Amino acid sequence: MRIALEVWRQRSPEEPGRFVRYETAEASPDMSLLELLDVVNEDLVRKGEEPIAFDSDCREGICGTCGFMVNGLAHGPLKGAAACQVYLRNFRDGETLFLEPFRAKAFPLIKDLVINRSALDRIIAAGGYVSVNTGNAPEANTSTIPKDFAEEAMDAAACIACGACIAACPNASAALFTGAKITHLGKLPQGQPERGRRALRMVRAAAAEGFGHCTFAGECETACPKSIPLQVITQMNRDYLAARLRGEGRAPTRHIEPGTPKRRR
Amino acid sequence: MHLDGKIPGGPLPQKWERRKLEYALVSPANRRKYRVLVVGTGLAGASAAATLGELGYRVECVFFHDSPRRAHSIAAQGGINAAKNYQNDGDSVQRLFQDTIKGGDYRAREGNVYRLAEVSLRIIDQCVAQGVPFAREYGGKLANRSFGGAQVSRTFYARGQTGQQLLLGAYQALLRQVQAGTVRISPRTEMLDLVVANGKARGIVARDLVTGEIRTFVADAVVLATGGYGNAYFLSTYARNSNATAIWRAHRRGAYFANPCFTQIHPTCIPVSGEHQSKLTLMSESLRNDGRIWVPLRAGDERSPEQIPEDQRDYYLERRYPSYGNLTPRDVASRAAKAVCDEGRGVGKSGLGVYLDFADAIRRLGADVIGERYGNLFAMYAEITGDDPYRTPMRIYPAIHYTMGGLWVDYDLMSTIDGLFVIGEANFSDHGANRLGASALMQGLADGYFIAPLAVGSYLARAKPPAIDDSHPAFEEARKATAARIERLLSVHGKRTAASFHRELGKLLWDQCGMSRSRAGLESALARIPELREKFYREILVPGHGESLNRELETAGRVADYFELAELICRDALRREESCGGHFREEYQTPDGEALRDDEHFAYVAAWEWREGEPPVLHKEPLVFEAAPPMQRSYK
Repeated sequence: MRIALEVWRQRSPEEPGRFVRYETAEASPDMSLLELLDVVNEDLVRKGEEPIAFDSDCREGICGTCGFMVNGLAHGPLKGAAACQVYLRNFRDGETLFLEPFRAKAFPLIKDLVINRSALDRIIAAGGYVSVNTGNAPEANTSTIPKDFAEEAMDAAACIACGACIAACPNASAALFTGAKITHLGKLPQGQPERGRRALRMVRAAAAEGFGHCTFAGECETACPKSIPLQVITQMNRDYLAARLRGEGRAPTRHIEPGTPKRRR
Repeated sequence: MHLDGKIPGGPLPQKWERRKLEYALVSPANRRKYRVLVVGTGLAGASAAATLGELGYRVECVFFHDSPRRAHSIAAQGGINAAKNYQNDGDSVQRLFQDTIKGGDYRAREGNVYRLAEVSLRIIDQCVAQGVPFAREYGGKLANRSFGGAQVSRTFYARGQTGQQLLLGAYQALLRQVQAGTVRISPRTEMLDLVVANGKARGIVARDLVTGEIRTFVADAVVLATGGYGNAYFLSTYARNSNATAIWRAHRRGAYFANPCFTQIHPTCIPVSGEHQSKLTLMSESLRNDGRIWVPLRAGDERSPEQIPEDQRDYYLERRYPSYGNLTPRDVASRAAKAVCDEGRGVGKSGLGVYLDFADAIRRLGADVIGERYGNLFAMYAEITGDDPYRTPMRIYPAIHYTMGGLWVDYDLMSTIDGLFVIGEANFSDHGANRLGASALMQGLADGYFIAPLAVGSYLARAKPPAIDDSHPAFEEARKATAARIERLLSVHGKRTAASFHRELGKLLWDQCGMSRSRAGLESALARIPELREKFYREILVPGHGESLNRELETAGRVADYFELAELICRDALRREESCGGHFREEYQTPDGEALRDDEHFAYVAAWEWREGEPPVLHKEPLVFEAAPPMQRSYK
């Protein structure tokens, strides 16, 4: 089959980018979209031209490294699949595909389809964990977790941090990503002690990175290759609000003037 | 040089306790004076970096991915073993030890393996405490499944995404330390050389993959957690960027390479569909819990699977290995698949495939239960092949999946270079000649959470490495050598891509040093590889320049190292004149086609020393078996 590609080429963030057209004759329906890019790239290299830069690693939809827009859809037309899992049998013979990077203020472009998503790491670093040092864990089966809770936690924990939710969102909001981690840990007894603090810190970190606010457009859920449900955002909002109402995250400072004598009551 | 494994004395169950007491300590206030460099952020690297950070060392973590969470541990599917005996089916530390030693075909160290089995208990505790969402029973307790090479259920899992969830646990622990300021991370930075100064590992040279800048990192100890080298074979289940450069460069700087020919071929991967294929996709071993493997009884039977009646099918694993059936270990199952395909009974267009059939399990348990257990794997299979495994059997074929070999380390996970520790798949330590399913995650986390942090601390306390900075001549030399290698690749301006060379080398390795090996084949490969390497340096074409993101340059550098490594793999395979685990030499087999080990001559670890401009030198570390005396490994 024949597939034409219109690929966003941009040498560096400083230089302007543009779409460049590539005709491919040797596409086959059993080929993945990334394998088609490999073929195009090998041709370019043989001609002495710079290949299209794109990120990919595991090529089985779990590492979250790959991802770009295909005809305006994050990761392409398939539901619940990352770009590396999209096979050409999903396209028509002779179709033209427009490939462009995930775009968001917090995802600076590096080159062509490659972007910098380290903002997502910083959101996790703000509180997306259970604070437990190696060695101080109790026997694993001392805490019981209802199967349904474990399953719901797992549904949220399946996030691969690809950034599709952000690219698809009209506000470039990271709510689905942030909510997924808050929900994963919030469903488990291990996550309870830091639940409020986690929500406060992660939500604030996302805002500080320049991600937008959530207006429940719902595009993220459709784009998510792991089908993370919108409910994680509701959960995030609930945890955040509850923590605010409880007054968590406000530092309990009591200023003591030096030299103030201790008074007996 | 005499190879000393430094196994502690005393009976097996007391060795690790004893060693922990022997370790020297660094007091909490002094730990921040030491810099530890961790390369790689898979299960081993992330867990080691996080734990070292928690202890208070100044940790620098370098990796080529854009985020620590992308390391290929993320793709491990099936599970992680631990001798918890929650199922009350007779499991124990001793039994996990015995299964692992036997599974490795008696080519691993008893002391290491026993410690691994012991530590397995604490790994599960640690991961649960971090919030890893393991599968649960209705009563809220942890669930288990069975895996190959064991007759107990000791595998913990999180759907088919166990590696992902364990890695996220370690990644979150790591980022918590980044936030706390004990760990600094350098993403998109690839190690290209090790720096050895005054006989000690003191840092690395790395390339910033975005700007092309050659950077140096200085440390008091270096921990390599850079994974296995299976991508030398081109087509494998490894991630595209997994590569051997870090361990190969360390090898060239003096770290011995142990058992390079011990590569694991996984029996259940989706077969190759065409020339363009970039990688192979694994279908988890856990599928063999419920799937039955078969081929047509008659060679050349081209009917579709539904049309072949029960009595014209050969469930060859159940027939040949009745007590383990479809859950025989990976090496045995892979060879059996190759044997039936060689007889012309393989299925699919290429004839290189066997059926993995769930019809019985679906009849017995219902499609819902099967979907709950394997839904994501079935979906993945359907996307790749266009077939629906709920209706028609999967087609599977063996593929390169893991490397048991790696840099030689002693009991303290230190290589033959002082201060260079090697953990996880990058070392050779615990799996012998064949790794059991769900044991890689166990080893990565055992090394990272529980062993390396103590061993590294003890090394620092004893060696007290003197202050050094990157103006030391050793850094200067390594930096220049790295720049020269990059320049060489850029300056050839030939006509062939790195990928085309990689494909050619990979095919050669797979044909001559894959599922079965022979003297003639290995000798031909050893003649062919140097020719191919010379051609590579004459004809390689790397467009662009070194001062920016340049994927072709990255690939070319990795492929250049694969040539040297491939030669060592074949040399080791040729030298080991026996069959054991994943290493099957056609000349050495029992009359019924099983591996024929030679304990008298080959019960040793083969550790290879690099020599510039001359053949590598073999050093032997004899293996002593006291608790698990070698016997013929039978799964019948």
